[in-house]
Amino acid sequence: MNSRFLRKFRLEIIFVIVIVVFAAVFLFQNAHIQATAKPGQETWQGSDDLGSAAIESTGYHPWIAPLWTPPGNEVESLLFSIQSGLGALVIGYFFGYYRGRRECPKSP
Amino acid sequence: MHIMEGYLPPQWCVFWYLVAAPFIIYGVYVLNRRVKQNRETLSLLAVSGAFIFLLSSLKIPSPVAGSCSHPTGTGLSTVLFGPITTCILSLIVLIFQALFLAHGGITTLGANVFSMGIAGPLLGYAVYRLGRAVNLNVFVNIFLVTAVADLFTYVVTAIELAAAVPLQGGFVFSFETFFAIYAVTQIPLAILEGVLIALVFKYIIQSRSDILVKLKVLTPDQIIKIMEGFS
Repeated sequence: MNSRFLRKFRLEIIFVIVIVVFAAVFLFQNAHIQATAKPGQETWQGSDDLGSAAIESTGYHPWIAPLWTPPGNEVESLLFSIQSGLGALVIGYFFGYYRGRRECPKSP
Repeated sequence: MHIMEGYLPPQWCVFWYLVAAPFIIYGVYVLNRRVKQNRETLSLLAVSGAFIFLLSSLKIPSPVAGSCSHPTGTGLSTVLFGPITTCILSLIVLIFQALFLAHGGITTLGANVFSMGIAGPLLGYAVYRLGRAVNLNVFVNIFLVTAVADLFTYVVTAIELAAAVPLQGGFVFSFETFFAIYAVTQIPLAILEGVLIALVFKYIIQSRSDILVKLKVLTPDQIIKIMEGFS
Protein backbone atom coordinates (compact mmCIF):
# COMPACT_ATOMS: atom_id res chain seq x y z
CA MET A 1 0.00 0.00 0.00
CA ASN A 2 1.71 3.15 -1.16
CA SER A 3 0.76 6.70 -0.33
CA ARG A 4 -0.92 7.23 -3.70
CA PHE A 5 -3.36 4.40 -2.99
CA LEU A 6 -4.13 5.85 0.43
CA ARG A 7 -4.79 9.27 -1.08
CA LYS A 8 -6.95 8.00 -3.92
CA PHE A 9 -9.14 5.82 -1.73
CA ARG A 10 -9.07 7.80 1.50
CA LEU A 11 -12.84 8.20 1.68
CA GLU A 12 -13.38 4.48 1.10
CA ILE A 13 -10.83 3.68 3.82
CA ILE A 14 -12.54 6.02 6.30
CA PHE A 15 -15.90 4.43 5.43
CA VAL A 16 -14.62 0.90 6.05
CA ILE A 17 -12.99 1.93 9.34
CA VAL A 18 -16.23 3.54 10.55
CA ILE A 19 -18.22 0.40 9.63
CA VAL A 20 -15.74 -1.89 11.42
CA VAL A 21 -15.73 0.28 14.56
CA PHE A 22 -19.52 0.43 14.48
CA ALA A 23 -19.79 -3.35 14.19
CA ALA A 24 -17.23 -3.91 16.95
CA VAL A 25 -19.07 -1.58 19.36
CA PHE A 26 -22.32 -3.32 18.44
CA LEU A 27 -20.92 -6.79 19.18
CA PHE A 28 -19.43 -5.62 22.49
CA GLN A 29 -22.65 -3.90 23.56
CA ASN A 30 -24.76 -6.83 22.37
CA ALA A 31 -22.78 -9.27 24.51
CA HIS A 32 -23.42 -7.04 27.52
CA ILE A 33 -27.15 -6.69 26.75
CA GLN A 34 -27.65 -10.43 26.16
CA ALA A 35 -25.86 -11.21 29.43
CA THR A 36 -28.03 -8.89 31.50
CA ALA A 37 -31.37 -9.31 29.67
CA LYS A 38 -34.11 -11.06 31.55
CA PRO A 39 -35.40 -14.25 29.91
CA GLY A 40 -38.01 -13.43 27.30
CA GLN A 41 -37.08 -9.74 27.19
CA GLU A 42 -36.99 -8.37 23.68
CA THR A 43 -33.70 -6.73 22.72
CA TRP A 44 -32.86 -4.23 19.97
CA GLN A 45 -36.41 -2.98 19.62
CA GLY A 46 -37.28 -0.24 17.16
CA SER A 47 -37.08 3.30 18.56
CA ASP A 48 -40.42 4.09 16.90
CA ASP A 49 -42.06 1.30 18.89
CA LEU A 50 -40.38 2.44 22.11
CA GLY A 51 -41.74 5.94 21.47
CA SER A 52 -45.23 4.54 20.96
CA ALA A 53 -44.90 2.51 24.18
CA ALA A 54 -43.85 5.62 26.12
CA ILE A 55 -46.98 7.39 24.88
CA GLU A 56 -49.22 4.48 25.84
CA SER A 57 -47.70 4.48 29.36
CA THR A 58 -49.56 7.76 29.96
CA GLY A 59 -52.87 5.98 29.36
CA TYR A 60 -53.15 7.39 25.84
CA HIS A 61 -54.74 5.09 23.28
CA PRO A 62 -54.40 5.56 19.52
CA TRP A 63 -57.67 6.95 18.20
CA ILE A 64 -57.32 5.42 14.74
CA ALA A 65 -55.68 2.24 13.45
CA PRO A 66 -53.70 1.92 10.19
CA LEU A 67 -55.76 0.91 7.16
CA TRP A 68 -53.51 -2.09 6.66
CA THR A 69 -50.89 -3.63 8.91
CA PRO A 70 -48.44 -6.25 7.62
CA PRO A 71 -49.53 -9.57 9.12
CA GLY A 72 -46.48 -10.71 11.06
CA ASN A 73 -42.80 -9.79 11.29
CA GLU A 74 -41.75 -11.81 8.26
CA VAL A 75 -44.16 -10.01 5.95
CA GLU A 76 -43.03 -6.69 7.37
CA SER A 77 -39.38 -7.63 6.73
CA LEU A 78 -40.30 -8.57 3.18
CA LEU A 79 -41.92 -5.20 2.54
CA PHE A 80 -38.97 -3.32 4.03
CA SER A 81 -36.63 -5.39 1.86
CA ILE A 82 -38.66 -4.50 -1.21
CA GLN A 83 -38.32 -0.84 -0.27
CA SER A 84 -34.53 -1.19 0.04
CA GLY A 85 -34.38 -3.17 -3.18
CA LEU A 86 -36.27 -0.54 -5.16
CA GLY A 87 -33.95 2.18 -3.87
CA ALA A 88 -30.83 0.15 -4.62
CA LEU A 89 -32.14 -0.70 -8.10
CA VAL A 90 -32.54 2.96 -9.07
CA ILE A 91 -29.12 3.89 -7.61
CA GLY A 92 -27.41 1.00 -9.41
CA TYR A 93 -29.18 1.76 -12.68
CA PHE A 94 -28.06 5.37 -12.83
CA PHE A 95 -24.50 4.78 -11.61
CA GLY A 96 -24.19 2.06 -14.24
CA TYR A 97 -25.56 4.45 -16.84
CA TYR A 98 -23.06 7.14 -15.78
CA ARG A 99 -20.21 4.63 -16.02
CA GLY A 100 -21.25 3.53 -19.49
CA ARG A 101 -21.60 7.14 -20.56
CA ARG A 102 -18.02 7.90 -19.47
CA GLU A 103 -16.61 4.95 -21.39
CA CYS A 104 -18.57 5.71 -24.53
CA PRO A 105 -18.75 9.52 -24.58
CA LYS A 106 -20.28 9.87 -28.05
CA SER A 107 -23.55 8.20 -27.16
CA PRO A 108 -26.24 10.61 -25.98
CA MET B 1 -38.81 9.18 13.75
CA HIS B 2 -42.10 7.82 12.57
CA ILE B 3 -45.01 8.81 14.74
CA MET B 4 -47.39 5.89 14.34
CA GLU B 5 -50.97 6.13 13.11
CA GLY B 6 -53.27 7.48 15.81
CA TYR B 7 -50.51 8.46 18.25
CA LEU B 8 -51.08 12.18 17.80
CA PRO B 9 -54.35 13.72 19.02
CA PRO B 10 -56.48 14.97 16.09
CA GLN B 11 -55.87 18.68 16.75
CA TRP B 12 -52.10 18.11 16.52
CA CYS B 13 -52.50 16.13 13.28
CA VAL B 14 -54.32 19.12 11.79
CA PHE B 15 -51.73 21.53 13.18
CA TRP B 16 -48.76 19.71 11.61
CA TYR B 17 -50.62 19.30 8.31
CA LEU B 18 -51.13 23.07 8.27
CA VAL B 19 -47.46 23.72 9.09
CA ALA B 20 -46.27 21.30 6.38
CA ALA B 21 -48.78 22.38 3.70
CA PRO B 22 -47.03 25.57 2.44
CA PHE B 23 -43.73 23.69 2.04
CA ILE B 24 -45.45 20.85 0.17
CA ILE B 25 -47.37 23.20 -2.14
CA TYR B 26 -44.27 25.26 -2.91
CA GLY B 27 -42.27 22.02 -3.26
CA VAL B 28 -44.64 20.64 -5.90
CA TYR B 29 -44.33 23.93 -7.80
CA VAL B 30 -40.50 23.87 -7.63
CA LEU B 31 -40.37 20.22 -8.67
CA ASN B 32 -42.70 20.83 -11.62
CA ARG B 33 -40.53 23.67 -12.84
CA ARG B 34 -37.42 21.52 -12.44
CA VAL B 35 -38.94 18.65 -14.44
CA LYS B 36 -39.84 21.03 -17.28
CA GLN B 37 -36.68 23.13 -17.39
CA ASN B 38 -33.75 21.07 -16.12
CA ARG B 39 -34.32 17.61 -17.53
CA GLU B 40 -30.65 16.64 -17.41
CA THR B 41 -30.64 16.98 -13.61
CA LEU B 42 -33.50 14.50 -13.20
CA SER B 43 -31.27 11.42 -13.05
CA LEU B 44 -29.57 12.78 -9.93
CA LEU B 45 -32.97 13.66 -8.50
CA ALA B 46 -33.95 10.01 -8.93
CA VAL B 47 -30.71 8.89 -7.27
CA SER B 48 -31.26 11.29 -4.32
CA GLY B 49 -34.81 10.04 -3.88
CA ALA B 50 -33.62 6.44 -4.11
CA PHE B 51 -31.14 7.05 -1.28
CA ILE B 52 -33.98 8.30 0.94
CA PHE B 53 -35.97 5.20 -0.07
CA LEU B 54 -33.07 2.86 0.63
CA LEU B 55 -31.69 4.36 3.85
CA SER B 56 -35.06 4.94 5.53
CA SER B 57 -35.88 1.24 5.07
CA LEU B 58 -32.82 0.05 6.98
CA LYS B 59 -33.34 -0.49 10.67
CA ILE B 60 -29.87 -0.37 12.16
CA PRO B 61 -29.01 -1.30 15.74
CA SER B 62 -27.67 1.66 17.65
CA PRO B 63 -24.96 0.56 20.10
CA VAL B 64 -25.40 3.50 22.47
CA ALA B 65 -29.07 2.80 23.11
CA GLY B 66 -29.61 -0.93 22.63
CA SER B 67 -32.46 -0.24 20.22
CA CYS B 68 -32.86 -0.02 16.46
CA SER B 69 -33.53 3.03 14.37
CA HIS B 70 -33.23 4.06 10.76
CA PRO B 71 -31.36 6.85 8.96
CA THR B 72 -33.35 9.40 6.97
CA GLY B 73 -31.17 9.66 3.85
CA THR B 74 -32.19 13.26 3.20
CA GLY B 75 -28.66 14.74 3.19
CA LEU B 76 -27.83 14.11 -0.47
CA SER B 77 -30.91 15.75 -1.94
CA THR B 78 -30.59 18.63 0.55
CA VAL B 79 -27.14 19.43 -0.81
CA LEU B 80 -28.00 18.84 -4.48
CA PHE B 81 -31.56 20.16 -4.75
CA GLY B 82 -32.26 22.06 -1.52
CA PRO B 83 -34.70 21.47 1.33
CA ILE B 84 -37.89 22.30 -0.60
CA THR B 85 -37.40 19.52 -3.14
CA THR B 86 -36.28 17.17 -0.35
CA CYS B 87 -39.64 17.78 1.32
CA ILE B 88 -41.49 16.25 -1.65
CA LEU B 89 -39.12 13.25 -1.88
CA SER B 90 -39.63 12.56 1.84
CA LEU B 91 -43.38 12.90 1.43
CA ILE B 92 -43.39 10.17 -1.24
CA VAL B 93 -41.37 7.79 0.96
CA LEU B 94 -43.53 8.49 4.03
CA ILE B 95 -46.77 7.84 2.12
CA PHE B 96 -45.32 4.55 0.83
CA GLN B 97 -44.36 3.47 4.36
CA ALA B 98 -47.66 4.61 5.88
CA LEU B 99 -49.79 2.72 3.35
CA PHE B 100 -47.86 -0.51 2.85
CA LEU B 101 -45.83 -0.95 6.03
CA ALA B 102 -48.10 0.58 8.72
CA HIS B 103 -44.97 2.56 9.59
CA GLY B 104 -45.93 6.14 10.31
CA GLY B 105 -49.49 7.00 9.35
CA ILE B 106 -51.79 9.12 7.24
CA THR B 107 -53.06 11.16 10.20
CA THR B 108 -49.49 11.71 11.44
CA LEU B 109 -48.14 12.35 7.92
CA GLY B 110 -48.01 16.11 8.45
CA ALA B 111 -45.90 15.76 11.59
CA ASN B 112 -43.60 13.17 10.02
CA VAL B 113 -43.11 15.23 6.84
CA PHE B 114 -42.30 18.25 8.99
CA SER B 115 -39.59 16.44 10.98
CA MET B 116 -38.01 14.39 8.18
CA GLY B 117 -38.69 16.47 5.08
CA ILE B 118 -38.68 20.05 6.34
CA ALA B 119 -36.99 20.69 9.71
CA GLY B 120 -34.05 18.30 9.23
CA PRO B 121 -33.23 19.34 5.65
CA LEU B 122 -33.70 23.06 6.46
CA LEU B 123 -31.16 22.97 9.29
CA GLY B 124 -28.92 20.75 7.15
CA TYR B 125 -29.10 23.33 4.36
CA ALA B 126 -28.19 26.11 6.79
CA VAL B 127 -25.13 24.07 7.83
CA TYR B 128 -24.29 23.56 4.15
CA ARG B 129 -24.40 27.29 3.34
CA LEU B 130 -22.35 28.08 6.43
CA GLY B 131 -19.77 25.43 5.51
CA ARG B 132 -19.52 26.87 2.01
CA ALA B 133 -19.13 30.39 3.35
CA VAL B 134 -16.15 29.41 5.51
CA ASN B 135 -14.63 27.26 2.72
CA LEU B 136 -14.98 24.00 4.56
CA ASN B 137 -13.76 20.87 2.73
CA VAL B 138 -16.71 19.74 0.60
CA PHE B 139 -16.70 16.16 1.92
CA VAL B 140 -16.56 17.28 5.55
CA ASN B 141 -19.39 19.67 4.78
CA ILE B 142 -21.56 16.92 3.26
CA PHE B 143 -20.83 14.67 6.22
CA LEU B 144 -22.02 17.43 8.58
CA VAL B 145 -25.11 18.29 6.51
CA THR B 146 -26.22 14.65 6.38
CA ALA B 147 -25.58 13.97 10.06
CA VAL B 148 -27.31 17.19 11.16
CA ALA B 149 -30.35 16.62 8.91
CA ASP B 150 -30.67 13.09 10.28
CA LEU B 151 -30.20 13.98 13.94
CA PHE B 152 -32.38 17.09 13.92
CA THR B 153 -35.24 15.08 12.38
CA TYR B 154 -35.28 12.97 15.53
CA VAL B 155 -34.97 15.99 17.83
CA VAL B 156 -38.04 17.50 16.14
CA THR B 157 -39.93 14.21 16.51
CA ALA B 158 -39.19 14.34 20.25
CA ILE B 159 -40.52 17.93 20.39
CA GLU B 160 -43.66 16.98 18.43
CA LEU B 161 -44.45 14.12 20.79
CA ALA B 162 -43.60 16.03 23.97
CA ALA B 163 -45.89 18.87 22.91
CA ALA B 164 -48.80 16.61 21.94
CA VAL B 165 -48.68 13.87 24.54
CA PRO B 166 -47.00 15.18 27.70
CA LEU B 167 -45.98 12.44 30.09
CA GLN B 168 -46.41 12.89 33.84
CA GLY B 169 -43.89 15.58 34.73
CA GLY B 170 -44.62 18.16 32.05
CA PHE B 171 -43.17 19.18 28.70
CA VAL B 172 -39.49 19.30 29.66
CA PHE B 173 -39.55 15.86 31.26
CA SER B 174 -41.45 14.44 28.28
CA PHE B 175 -39.02 16.02 25.86
CA GLU B 176 -36.09 14.48 27.73
CA THR B 177 -37.76 11.07 27.63
CA PHE B 178 -38.53 11.19 23.92
CA PHE B 179 -35.15 12.78 23.23
CA ALA B 180 -33.47 9.81 24.93
CA ILE B 181 -35.56 7.35 22.91
CA TYR B 182 -35.15 9.01 19.53
CA ALA B 183 -32.21 11.39 19.34
CA VAL B 184 -29.57 9.62 21.46
CA THR B 185 -30.20 6.39 19.57
CA GLN B 186 -29.65 8.29 16.37
CA ILE B 187 -26.16 9.70 17.01
CA PRO B 188 -24.14 6.68 15.75
CA LEU B 189 -26.50 6.24 12.79
CA ALA B 190 -26.15 9.90 11.83
CA ILE B 191 -22.34 9.52 11.77
CA LEU B 192 -22.60 6.35 9.68
CA GLU B 193 -25.00 8.01 7.23
CA GLY B 194 -22.80 11.10 6.96
CA VAL B 195 -19.73 9.07 6.03
CA LEU B 196 -21.72 7.05 3.47
CA ILE B 197 -23.20 10.10 1.72
CA ALA B 198 -19.80 11.84 1.63
CA LEU B 199 -18.41 8.76 -0.14
CA VAL B 200 -21.35 8.67 -2.57
CA PHE B 201 -20.72 12.34 -3.33
CA LYS B 202 -17.21 11.47 -4.49
CA TYR B 203 -18.67 9.04 -7.03
CA ILE B 204 -21.13 11.66 -8.22
CA ILE B 205 -18.28 14.14 -8.76
CA GLN B 206 -16.41 11.46 -10.71
CA SER B 207 -19.33 10.55 -12.93
CA ARG B 208 -21.57 13.61 -13.35
CA SER B 209 -19.63 16.74 -12.44
CA ASP B 210 -21.48 18.49 -15.30
CA ILE B 211 -24.77 18.23 -13.38
CA LEU B 212 -23.12 19.49 -10.18
CA VAL B 213 -21.98 22.59 -12.08
CA LYS B 214 -25.46 23.06 -13.48
CA LEU B 215 -26.96 22.79 -9.98
CA LYS B 216 -24.35 25.33 -8.79
CA VAL B 217 -23.13 22.90 -6.11
CA LEU B 218 -19.52 23.14 -7.30
CA THR B 219 -17.65 25.32 -9.81
CA PRO B 220 -15.57 23.72 -12.60
CA ASP B 221 -12.38 24.93 -10.85
CA GLN B 222 -13.36 23.28 -7.60
CA ILE B 223 -14.09 20.01 -9.41
CA ILE B 224 -10.68 19.99 -11.11
CA LYS B 225 -9.03 20.59 -7.74
CA ILE B 226 -11.01 17.84 -6.00
CA MET B 227 -10.30 15.33 -8.78
CA GLU B 228 -6.58 16.11 -8.58
CA GLY B 229 -6.77 15.30 -4.87
CA PHE B 230 -7.90 11.76 -5.74
CA SER B 231 -5.47 11.03 -8.58
